[in-house]
Amino acid sequence: MTGSTGVLGALAAHLLGAGGLVLPHLNYSTILPELILLGGMLVILAASALSPRPLPTEVYATATVGLGIASLIASLVLWRDVTSHGAFTAIARSIDVDGFAVFFLVVVSCILIVAPMFAAGYLRREGITGCEYYVLALISGSGAMFMASANDLILIFLGLEILSIPLYVLAGLDHRREASGEAAMKYFVLGAFSSAIFVYGIALTYGATGSTNLAEIGAFLSRNVITSNGVLLGGLALLLVGFAFKVAAVPFHMWTPDVYQGAPTPATGFMAAMAKAGGFAALLRVFVSTFPTLRTSWQPVVWVLAILTLVLGAVVAIVQNDVKRMLAYSSINHAGFVLLGLEAATARGIAGSLYYVFVYSLLVLGSFAVVAAVGGNGDADHDISRYRGLGRRRPVLAVGFAILLLAQAGAPFTTGFFSKFYVVEAAVAAHSYALAVIAMGSAGVAAFFYLRVVFVMFSDVGIAGASDVSRGGGEIARAGAVAAEVREQDATLLGGAGASAVATLVAPAYVAAPELAPEGTPSEPEVSVSPWVTTGLVLCVGATLVFGIWPQPLVDFAHQATLIF
Amino acid sequence: MIHAAFLIPLLPLAGFAVLAPFGRRLGNPLSGWIATVLVAASFVVTVLVFIALFRQAPAHREFTQSWFTWFAADRLNVGAGLLVDPLSMTMATFVTGVSALIHLYSIGYMKHDPQFAKFFTYLNLFVFSMLMLVLADNFVLSFFGWEGVGVCSYFLIAFWFDRADAASAGKKAMIFNRIGDAGFLLGLFLIFERTGSLQYTTVFSRLGHVGTPSLVAIALLLFLGAVGKSAQIPLFPWLADAMAGPTPVSALIHAATMVTAGVYMMCRISPVLHLAPDAGHVIAWFGVATAFIGATSACAQTDIKKVLAYSTVSQLGYMFLAAGSGAYVAAVFLMLTHAFYKALLFLGAGSVIHAMEEDQDIKNMGGLTKLMPITAVTFLLGWFSIAGVPPFSGFWSKGDVLQNAWAVSPALWAIGAVTALLTAYYMGREYFLVFLGERRWSEARPTETDPSSPGYTSRGLHPHDPTWHMSVPLVVLAALAVLGGLLNLPFRPNLDFLERWLDPVVGPYLLQTHFSAGQQWLFAVADAALAIAGVGLAASLWRRTTDRPALEPRFLYMAWFIDWAEDRFVARTGTALAYFSATVIESKVIDGAVNGVASLVRGTGGALRRLQTGYVRSYALGLVAGVVALVAYVLVRVGS
Repeated sequence: MTGSTGVLGALAAHLLGAGGLVLPHLNYSTILPELILLGGMLVILAASALSPRPLPTEVYATATVGLGIASLIASLVLWRDVTSHGAFTAIARSIDVDGFAVFFLVVVSCILIVAPMFAAGYLRREGITGCEYYVLALISGSGAMFMASANDLILIFLGLEILSIPLYVLAGLDHRREASGEAAMKYFVLGAFSSAIFVYGIALTYGATGSTNLAEIGAFLSRNVITSNGVLLGGLALLLVGFAFKVAAVPFHMWTPDVYQGAPTPATGFMAAMAKAGGFAALLRVFVSTFPTLRTSWQPVVWVLAILTLVLGAVVAIVQNDVKRMLAYSSINHAGFVLLGLEAATARGIAGSLYYVFVYSLLVLGSFAVVAAVGGNGDADHDISRYRGLGRRRPVLAVGFAILLLAQAGAPFTTGFFSKFYVVEAAVAAHSYALAVIAMGSAGVAAFFYLRVVFVMFSDVGIAGASDVSRGGGEIARAGAVAAEVREQDATLLGGAGASAVATLVAPAYVAAPELAPEGTPSEPEVSVSPWVTTGLVLCVGATLVFGIWPQPLVDFAHQATLIF
Repeated sequence: MIHAAFLIPLLPLAGFAVLAPFGRRLGNPLSGWIATVLVAASFVVTVLVFIALFRQAPAHREFTQSWFTWFAADRLNVGAGLLVDPLSMTMATFVTGVSALIHLYSIGYMKHDPQFAKFFTYLNLFVFSMLMLVLADNFVLSFFGWEGVGVCSYFLIAFWFDRADAASAGKKAMIFNRIGDAGFLLGLFLIFERTGSLQYTTVFSRLGHVGTPSLVAIALLLFLGAVGKSAQIPLFPWLADAMAGPTPVSALIHAATMVTAGVYMMCRISPVLHLAPDAGHVIAWFGVATAFIGATSACAQTDIKKVLAYSTVSQLGYMFLAAGSGAYVAAVFLMLTHAFYKALLFLGAGSVIHAMEEDQDIKNMGGLTKLMPITAVTFLLGWFSIAGVPPFSGFWSKGDVLQNAWAVSPALWAIGAVTALLTAYYMGREYFLVFLGERRWSEARPTETDPSSPGYTSRGLHPHDPTWHMSVPLVVLAALAVLGGLLNLPFRPNLDFLERWLDPVVGPYLLQTHFSAGQQWLFAVADAALAIAGVGLAASLWRRTTDRPALEPRFLYMAWFIDWAEDRFVARTGTALAYFSATVIESKVIDGAVNGVASLVRGTGGALRRLQTGYVRSYALGLVAGVVALVAYVLVRVGS
């Protein structure tokens, strides 16, 4: 102990002797969204500790949503600054305030607005009290934000850890379930492993360029033509591994299915959205803006990663019967699409990737929320058979889920269509034809398992029919169900997404059937949806449809974000 | 006020948005009233915008209202917005006006239909689509409306889908239209390829750089779309079958509005046609041939609505004759007057069909004048209008078309003139058989008067004029049919309102005719003589007799066997090919390949799945393997 104190003392003396530790000027307004999240998090933590009685989970959820909205507003204020004054760096040039960073601040804020809604319903149902989920989500969100706005590899690493460690805990949040703890353990061990590799990458890069600051590295590379420096390329490779692990790109994805499946479902949705947002933010910035001169070296690697990710994600998802696990693989497939934009390494490609990440975040959050609802008490059973007849039992939920799945499959009139369209278009424009073709092929394969769930939800091979008829009231229930189906057919005839939206809004009015039914047969699991989850789903599905029909604002946002790099 | 133009399509859309979910609850008649009021409101807005546009100086009567960028990719940038100019406003005014009247009529006509609310839902959606078609400021949005009206037409033809003929007529309309749509789409592709835009104004400003062959191709491809939508040779048989839909639908969609969309498109692309005169000649000849075949076929029909259907085909042919000749004003003029008198005739037919309790055979009618005076009188006015008896509206509009046809080729005029005679004749035949002569309906239905028969009803048939919902539109349309000619009178230069109104849009592309006043009088006298001869011929032949097999040959009854031939040679060949594809190619070749790929994918998935052992150590190993591969790659790169 004394030895280490001595070392520290000597270090301090050395620093002071060399002119003193110069504290940078802290321009707090540039990290206001992060500060809002962290400050709010502390308030929540203090409130839960000081409160004489345990506060209901909804209080925390409301507070978190409020903080998300506040950070969204702060981000938009920054966006205004950036668009009017241009991009700038702050806090000893370690923070970038540019369109790209602000785009991700907005994405993270949106995730933090929606995710607590899904968590609230789940935590209440599962009887998990306390503020942990929300506190961890807020910390994790601030980490993702730091990753997005960092202009320094060290800060990126800090952000990465701030993002990841709460996710490890979130995965193990439901301590009564063994799978949850197992997921946390796996995620933690492998995550720590990948972090170590990432830090090694930083060290090598520092060794080759003499700086960890991205701007300085960029300046160094523009002064010196380096194409085959082993140390630099090695560092770059290890950085890529670290990022690829975070965004679950093949072959660094192996933790994903187990962790996604084991974690409490809302936590899965959250980590799927947040880790990808943070990971891709830093990945895109480091590779496209800092190492463009080495593009010929890293592009082939990304090309291979993208293909592996696209194909494996889609192909393995097909053989899953567990919907939660299937979605885990589908999120791997999505990561491949985002890599498409990186591989193109053009402004258009980056804009496509940004748009994709935004769209994907809301889709995946909403999808896992439905999975959480259908999974039932204990979050135990996610087998596809549970979804049979959901279209009749919970038409609104089923239509909402169908829209989210169709969007993930890339159906027109949803945001998913445009997200896939823009990255593939960018790949084609960058002459990556093979990659574009493989991406489309994987989307075709992926459509199979999305549509399979949709099909199962709406095909109703009379599980209840036979037994219902014998009971009193069964006929009424059946008539109601038929009416509901006729409604839906009408809606389909009326055409397209607009009609689905109408159906989504209207179906409850026509479907009194589940209430009329005497009692659900044992084979038909009860699915309850709290108002919180409904609100979140309305937001996700609404955004999917609105921006699917009118994509321009979001597309423009993504394009401007890349212009003001 | 021009800025309120967005409300014109929005109001019917609002009706659709309300009725689609809540229509059944709002019930009968409230849902019908909502639909009617909204369309009427749309008409009022249209008139206000029309007036505002009229107050502008003629050179400034063009106004684009951009809403948002619909989608953009590379050079392609498609916006959603409205083009408010004299042509689009003329279309919008008559579309909303006629629609409002037919909505009102439908409240009475569909009174007993269990699907009442659904009918108005579709009808509102149709009006919205039609307005998007005519008001859009670019080809793609017009195409959106074009497809929208097509799909509504399908829904409404097959409205009574439990009847086999209605269901198959719906499908037939859809398929015939799709054939045309393929041409239309190809036309759009070519336009974009050659001009780099699909915005009307931009496209037309860049035509100078497009070669004539391309222009001809564009015009003919778009014309193919129009052939499908507007029922020209050879894609007209669907329109006759479409009469299986409710009569208000026939009046609105299959007479007044949707089927004229093709003519509108031809007028819209008048700058293209102007530079591609060869395409114009093709269109004119197709038009006049359709007019003739339609008119002759109408002479031998026995279904009250089929006569009108073939008459519509024939009249649409006239419009294409005009558009192909470069007489766009005449085309629009005929379109307007035709909308008035043909909607009137259809609604009159609907009221007769109601009175005859769904019997549509004109041989089973007769003697209805006294029992249904309003219907009979308005129908008579409609007949005189379509026949071209002066001074009814058809006289002026058809005269305008024929005069311009002469300027292109006297042969076109001659066929058109014979058709005009036939028009007066076949409508006269219908009028005499339906309203005059003996009452054939009592003896035509012995089952209903004979108390011992199972079909006996104590009421029997009591034909009478319909309720006010249905009579008011009849009277209004009759007035329009009589006075419609005032829109564009010849002889005096300051009476051609329509020509001056449309001048900013089509003026520079119009066919220039130089007829002296004497020649014009000669044309007028000839037109009047033809019309009166047709009326007289009908009267002499059909006033007393109901059966003249020589004048109703099977060849004409079958509409020149065109439908039969298409069914025989195209449809059946296609079906055979489809059957072959389904049984041989699909099940053996494609399914084999697909199943092969699918099982390959599944197999791969299953194999890859086994890599997922669940052990952290193997996952870490995978990670390390990835790192090793990457480092190996780096080493190779550095080494080389």
